[in-house]
Amino acid sequence: MTNVSQPPRADDRAVVLSVKDLVTTFDTDAGRLTAVDGVSFTVQRGHTLGLVGESGCGKSVTACSIMRLLPQPMGKIAGGQILFDGHDLATASPEHLLKVRGGQIGMIFQEPMTALNPVHTIGRQLSEVFLLHTTRDRREALARSAEILGKVGIPSPEIRLGEYPHQLSGGMRQRVVIAMALACKPALIIADEPTTALDVTIQAQILDLMRELQREMGMAILLITHDLGVIAEMCDDVAVMYAGRIAEAGPVEQIFATPRHPYTRGLLDSIPRLSTPRKTRLATIEGMVPALADMPQGCRYQNRCPHRIPLCANLPKEEIASDSTRVSCHRWRELAADIEQPRAAL
Amino acid sequence: MTPDANQNPPAQPLLEVKGLKMHFPVREGLFLRAKRSNRAVDGLDLSLATGETLGLVGESGCGKSTLGKCIVRLYRPSAGQILFQGRDLAHAKGAALKAQRRHLQMIFQDPVESLNARHTVADIVAEPLVIHGIGDAHSRQRKVRELLDRVGLPANAAERFPFEFSGGQRQRIGIARAIALGPRLIVCDEPVSALDVSIQSQVLNLLLELQHDLGLSYLFIAHNLAVVKHVSDRVAIMYLGKIVELADAEEIYRNPRHPYTRALISAIPEPDPLRSAHKQRIVLSGDVPSPINPPSGCAFHPRCPHATDRCKHEAPALRALASTEAAPGAATTASPHHLSCHYDL
Repeated sequence: MTNVSQPPRADDRAVVLSVKDLVTTFDTDAGRLTAVDGVSFTVQRGHTLGLVGESGCGKSVTACSIMRLLPQPMGKIAGGQILFDGHDLATASPEHLLKVRGGQIGMIFQEPMTALNPVHTIGRQLSEVFLLHTTRDRREALARSAEILGKVGIPSPEIRLGEYPHQLSGGMRQRVVIAMALACKPALIIADEPTTALDVTIQAQILDLMRELQREMGMAILLITHDLGVIAEMCDDVAVMYAGRIAEAGPVEQIFATPRHPYTRGLLDSIPRLSTPRKTRLATIEGMVPALADMPQGCRYQNRCPHRIPLCANLPKEEIASDSTRVSCHRWRELAADIEQPRAAL
Repeated sequence: MTPDANQNPPAQPLLEVKGLKMHFPVREGLFLRAKRSNRAVDGLDLSLATGETLGLVGESGCGKSTLGKCIVRLYRPSAGQILFQGRDLAHAKGAALKAQRRHLQMIFQDPVESLNARHTVADIVAEPLVIHGIGDAHSRQRKVRELLDRVGLPANAAERFPFEFSGGQRQRIGIARAIALGPRLIVCDEPVSALDVSIQSQVLNLLLELQHDLGLSYLFIAHNLAVVKHVSDRVAIMYLGKIVELADAEEIYRNPRHPYTRALISAIPEPDPLRSAHKQRIVLSGDVPSPINPPSGCAFHPRCPHATDRCKHEAPALRALASTEAAPGAATTASPHHLSCHYDL
């Protein structure tokens, strides 16, 4: 985390991925549901953007939209742009997408057991990436596979190449998935809950590895997680999603120190920390996320928000605060008054 | 927890586990003979006072859930004693066991799998009452309504099925079932780890409230240390079937003594970017070894940064440390800090 304090670069060339007003819909028996509704963000070279939110908020659908891996035929990008390397991935041809997936954008999935094919050896699965993107020589592909396995910290990689996924532990499997994502030195890695299935000590190993590789290879990371702790440790910027929209986004220190959206505040207040007095009542967010089929008009958080006013029935416009964070709330200015002083250090 | 339970721990603990072992046979080879065993719990002692919460933390495969299931006797332990209110449950059977089970309930991790999808909520919550022959149909119906109200579910929930509820609400159904018989001890096996953050705090608040109002004791099993610290009076750290450290919740976080505990605490990602940027993290290498073939001596030695020759050959015992300076703000009658390590690092 050496570059945490660096100001975000305004230089446009540093932007690796730019998502603009993305809308993703699903056709279901209950009609057309909008899972992602007007999401915009950019990811900069060598930086990590965190996408955080509770289950069903649309963070994984956003990732699948970028990779164009939405379940077919129900899932559809209904609007917006996904600009990557001069192309709009939202409308790109299947041939172009084949080059991008695994080549220029690597993906790390949550469950390493389902991300790997159980009936093929590690070597076969890993060398496939090289055979698709960089070389036609099987032997060279295997040699490169061994090299990348060594890089992600797997001991005796030559032996591991001949093994099957079930012979590896969860942490080792996730290292293989990371090796696969990194194989072609992508400009961007999309990591969807990469450590959620792992134990804390293994999680620490994997997060360390990702940071180290990012320092070395300079790729951008789009990190999707529900764990605010992982966000705080890994990310330069964060976008908080709620019910398919971005509630608040900005540099990670600002969002954690002065959360402006009532949802972000509720989320940060409701997690027990090591410094919370024991056995005291935790702050809660009442109720639950509304179902996609009956989203309220206007602000989607209004039913759970303690600061609701009649105006909330209208859609809030995204506004930019002084420290370049983006907030979508009608009342953030007046609410900010009582939190403007940074929260008590923990 | 009642405030005075903290100051005057009763002389006799509610639950006392002594030398508990749970070995599962591993059947392999042509004739499926059990040549080796999975030592999920391997010689474990602990005690729990009335109104107390003991947090049990460890990584997957360390045997924490097996221990919980032994205590409510979903498993029959291989050896050792489980003294509950002075009676040994480890080898109790039939009516004697059933009588004790009234006081001993469990909340499970997965609120989907642990509720029968074909039963209505009323059936699920009333089932313990039916099994123990308490009341008639009419009084049970009234009791179910009371219980649902107690855990914050609407009265019309009774007629509905589990799938109609969200994860947090399903966990409330499981809690209503667990308190139906008025138990004294509830084993909570990862009760909030399947829930979203905003729902997690609702369920934790409910558990704390119920403990305060009903004088419950909890054995709280989880892998999230911040959650465990929040609800627990004492915390035990488990590694490969054994307790490696046990102390007051504040003490164990402020002053961890076992190298494993230190690594575990330093590995928690903290939701505070300013702090985590400067944090000194101890990253353990390697994975948790298999309990089928645990390492010799101290089971932690292959991953321990301080391991010596002695650690490879000699297994350390869980010993009480001489009480050091009383930490300010700690409970006046702080329980001794227990550590299972040859060295006091």
